[in-house]
Amino acid sequence: MSTIVLLLVTGLGLGALYFLVASGLSLIYGLMGVLNFAHGSFLTLGAFGGWFVARTLGADSWGVFALSLLAGAVVGAAAAALTELLLIRPLYERHIEQVLVTVGLSLASVALFEGMWGSDPEFISGPAWLKGTTDLAGAPVPNDRFVAIAAAALVLGAIVLFLRRTRYGLVIRAGVENRSMVTALGIDVRKAFTLVFAVGGAAAGLGGVLASQYFGYVSPHLGGSLLIFAFIVTVIGGLGSLTGAAVASVLVAVLQQFANYYLGYGDLIVVLLLALVLLVRPTGLLGRAAA
Amino acid sequence: MTTQTAPPAPATPADDAPRAERTVRRAPSGTIVRTVAGLALVVLLACLPLLAIHVPGVLPGPTYTPGALQMMALCWLIGALALSYHLLFGVAGLLSFGHALYFAAGVYGLAIVLDTTEIPLLPAAALVLVGGIVLAHVVGAISLRVTGISFAMVTLAFAQAGNVLVRRNPGGATGGEEGLALATANVPDALVGVLNTRNLYWLALGVLVVVYLVVLWVERSRAGHVAAATRENEVRVRVIGGRPYLVKLLVFVLAATLATVVGMAYLLLQSGAVPRATSADFTLTLLVMVVLGGVGSRWGAIVGGVLYTILDQRLGTLASSAAVADLPAVLRVPLSEPLFLLGTLFVLVVMFLPGGIAGAASRLAARRRPREDREGARERLEEVA
Repeated sequence: MSTIVLLLVTGLGLGALYFLVASGLSLIYGLMGVLNFAHGSFLTLGAFGGWFVARTLGADSWGVFALSLLAGAVVGAAAAALTELLLIRPLYERHIEQVLVTVGLSLASVALFEGMWGSDPEFISGPAWLKGTTDLAGAPVPNDRFVAIAAAALVLGAIVLFLRRTRYGLVIRAGVENRSMVTALGIDVRKAFTLVFAVGGAAAGLGGVLASQYFGYVSPHLGGSLLIFAFIVTVIGGLGSLTGAAVASVLVAVLQQFANYYLGYGDLIVVLLLALVLLVRPTGLLGRAAA
Repeated sequence: MTTQTAPPAPATPADDAPRAERTVRRAPSGTIVRTVAGLALVVLLACLPLLAIHVPGVLPGPTYTPGALQMMALCWLIGALALSYHLLFGVAGLLSFGHALYFAAGVYGLAIVLDTTEIPLLPAAALVLVGGIVLAHVVGAISLRVTGISFAMVTLAFAQAGNVLVRRNPGGATGGEEGLALATANVPDALVGVLNTRNLYWLALGVLVVVYLVVLWVERSRAGHVAAATRENEVRVRVIGGRPYLVKLLVFVLAATLATVVGMAYLLLQSGAVPRATSADFTLTLLVMVVLGGVGSRWGAIVGGVLYTILDQRLGTLASSAAVADLPAVLRVPLSEPLFLLGTLFVLVVMFLPGGIAGAASRLAARRRPREDREGARERLEEVA
């Protein structure tokens, strides 16, 4: 029983990380039709931003931890917004070229991070409580899992509120539905593009700081390893669907944890799940139309 | 697929493939000249191991030395691999992020068969080839159920599964992160050892020529025309009775088979398999090569592959040179990372040089119609979406 609880909570924590990456991917794809390969780099950059803040101010207080989360989100948002303005916008409506540019950016940025910080993982520390465990139904659950789950839930809530209750959220939702109609009504969708990139980048940067706590280190390859699973989550959930991404994150991560523990091949099971979902429902769990 | 109403008559998409038609129409005048020039080039390249040509900065030594031959052979193999990716991406418009899987199937498949069994090289290669074809059929049949970006992601996921499998080292078969050395017991002596690098060079060149001829044949065949037409307008192909799914699967499997062949030659040349050959980054570099050379151009893909390999190999030397080491950190750090320079170059080519090297060359050759070529290359990219 305690093993199952432990696997479940750990899976939920991992799912929270997947969701933080996949939510941005899904939003960006839904609005702009761009699959952002550089999203992993935003996450890595956020992780290093948080690490830098924590190292400069001393890592063991809660205030600094909150500050490093903020720094990660800000760095991720800034990197994403800059990417959109400088690289994506000039290639307006050329989706494949936009994807190719993000591919080039991801290759170049990972190499640059390696040059700047070395390719070896940099071990990090945080508030002492994060390293401890809490007993949950007899299972010693690492505390950083709870933080990741709470953060992902908050981000999900915040994004949903933003989309439902604000004017820009309305524009974004309308843009996902029918972009040419929104443009025809005289609304500048390009601002919404930058905004969506910034929101996605902030979520990824936040995910980067949390992932570095989850894994215990930062490295230039942190983003790339999470990005692949975030892609799988996005396809299983249905491209462009935020709720789908949330459901699929939890599903994929929990399945992965259980399969890793009992069979040892969790990553392969996830790919099989992807194949199965595509065979039964090519649009993903909550997707609307085939991309 | 729902093409049950398709009449048995084979599709003739002549009016649906204006670009393909243009090449055919232009062919007779230049065909003989181009064939002769191509043959002469192959003969010249085949003679390189017997000559002593210095190319400072590009090759590590004169062309007859094993180091230079090894590098040139690597260029030809990567060029051939880029060409097989061109068949997938440039001809059929299938943006796959999992092409490395079939290359890795060749590399690791042959390495494992030679390592664990007593089968001689040629039957072993045939066995691996069959395995690669079966793998490509299964993965292709599943991933072609979706199109566009979803297809890209699904192929990526399958390639990632292969990567995980190789790294996990099931049953000690793949050697995990260490990789697997080539077991030379059943390989002919002529293909083993530094002294025989020239034989491997000729093998690599032969693989490149064979891959080129196969790609040329596919592009000129009916299936190739239907594939090109599907890239341009899939619905229309279906309306006139074509079977886009089958043709796409055919091209997918053919490209994968070629990649498997290249992978086996790569194993012999590098005398070992490393997990990097299975990684998603490796497929991305293939995409970089094809786009660098010019999407939709056969020789562009080869030039892109060769140029990428040279840059990848030689930029490392540049990075460790004294001229770079003396620079301030702001310049030294980016310059010492070959992949950073290549990635940046790629972004610049995509943004400012649509059509890549081939597009730029044809613009230089025919100044009269620069707009058309530029737009043509852009269209070709967009058709994939």
